[in-house]
Amino acid sequence: MDILLQEVGYSYAMNTPFEKRALHNVNIHIPSGSYTAIIGHTGSGKSTVLQHLNALLKPTEGSVVIGEQQVDAKTKGKHLRDIRRQVGIVFQFPEQQLFDETVLKDIMFGPLNYGVSEEEASRRAHELVEQLGLPADVLEKSPFDLSGGQMRRVAIAGVLAMEPDVLVLDEPTAGLDPKGRREIMDLFHELHVKKGLTTVLVTHSMEDAARYADQVAIMHQGKCVATGEPKDIFSNEEQLLDYRLEPPRTIRLQRKFEEKMGIKLDSISLTEEALAKNLALAFLEGREAE
Amino acid sequence: MNSIIMSFKDVTFTYTPDDQSVRPAVADLSFSIEEGEWIALVGHNGSGKSTIAKLMNGLLFPQAGEVAAMNLTMSEESLWDIRSQMGMVFQNPDNQFVGATVQDDVAFALENNGVPHEEMVVRVKESLRQVKMEEFLDHEPHHLSGGQKQRVAIAGALALRPRLLILDEATSMLDPQGRMEVIETIRELREETGLTVISITHDLEEAALADRIIVMNAGRKHKEGTPEEVFLTGNELTTLGLDLPFAMRMTHLLREAGVQVLGEHMTEDELVEELWTFYSKK
Repeated sequence: MDILLQEVGYSYAMNTPFEKRALHNVNIHIPSGSYTAIIGHTGSGKSTVLQHLNALLKPTEGSVVIGEQQVDAKTKGKHLRDIRRQVGIVFQFPEQQLFDETVLKDIMFGPLNYGVSEEEASRRAHELVEQLGLPADVLEKSPFDLSGGQMRRVAIAGVLAMEPDVLVLDEPTAGLDPKGRREIMDLFHELHVKKGLTTVLVTHSMEDAARYADQVAIMHQGKCVATGEPKDIFSNEEQLLDYRLEPPRTIRLQRKFEEKMGIKLDSISLTEEALAKNLALAFLEGREAE
Repeated sequence: MNSIIMSFKDVTFTYTPDDQSVRPAVADLSFSIEEGEWIALVGHNGSGKSTIAKLMNGLLFPQAGEVAAMNLTMSEESLWDIRSQMGMVFQNPDNQFVGATVQDDVAFALENNGVPHEEMVVRVKESLRQVKMEEFLDHEPHHLSGGQKQRVAIAGALALRPRLLILDEATSMLDPQGRMEVIETIRELREETGLTVISITHDLEEAALADRIIVMNAGRKHKEGTPEEVFLTGNELTTLGLDLPFAMRMTHLLREAGVQVLGEHMTEDELVEELWTFYSKK
């Protein structure tokens, strides 16, 4: 499902003395099936953009086209129900939204609300619990008896149970330990590929954006100031610094290496594996040159 | 000589004392921390780190064993004496503000402790200077960045002139820049004042800067030692849900890719240095 932000502007508390401009003339195209990372400094407007992706906020200027449907300032709330099912958002610290007696009921809540049968909702819950690496017996437990990492997974299962076409992730691994972080990010990527999802990741982690995304958008002071492929966005260090961002660690190390050796590696290292390979190659070539 | 500022002796704590089938959150834990040390307490989610923080400031009391701080055994009676000598900063910068301005916020705890006004003004300025936020005296906290908020929270703790500062995942919700600001602040503070810091963290880059690391696993102490000692165990940390600092991960990946890196490097600069030596010798 394509999402297109066209000249989107947004002000909080419009027409009050507290009016605050959050977005100016934002144009972003999120093609169906893409994995888009939105990066930007704190307060750059990332979260405001995110809330436009399933019409939690309606633009005060311009429009957002989500699949077949156009949303602008005048769109009525009742037309947005389908969008909310098609675009699932995993908010920051989603475990704070858990509420039901058991994990099973909590995961089934969304689908049941959208008229999915009891049987089907339960089937999805069982399948997701397994997919997310949770022990099967959590289904009957209270979500509040689980560890923080497990609660996070249950909350994510609740979003996935809606079987969205677009999955929007807002810092989904904040507060998790390194292993949990990697597992969840790998799982989202696997789902992205397997189910042909359109994925949008809002993140502070340049490493995650470089590793998983095929498109990166930079937000700065309420504007989308650049979009492009990760290799282009992240090799432009000057631009990143202008927007108070840093290149991923792999590229930083690559640059230090290049500077010290006075050489230039062939390609930009977006992942640790790629960096190891690029460096090994440089050593190999150095040897041959002798 | 340095004195012990905080110690755990055979401490066990469980949230479900009636249910023996649930493993205790913390089991048979012993360690001691000397005045002036910077300790990183690391471990996977659910390894007992937050419980330890609550045992340290007397929000929880162990079912077995003993917690002692500032030469006092933790008890209902000693609790207030102990707490008055320690500051804590928590994970979420937005959950720990009470004042309408930065200086009101820093002054809050001082007021609660009956510090006279003139003294308060001095201490608020002093502690905001220590975290480099003195220019923000009259700013509203909610307009600050995450890193700035956490620095103000640290200033609030410092204003009470604690002997011990406990950071409970204080950098985990920050962007990379905010995280760096806070780590840099801690580093400078320690240089300036020699304050004892216990940092509970997932960030192995941050842990690498500490004097000593305590690694927790499933409620028990898995290992304790200098960063070098702890990180040299390599993949063991990965199986515990943790990780190695970036430069060490790269060192391992390079070896796998056939580059003969000899040292175990904790920083990028060290790694590049060795690669350069190696490269230029060929």
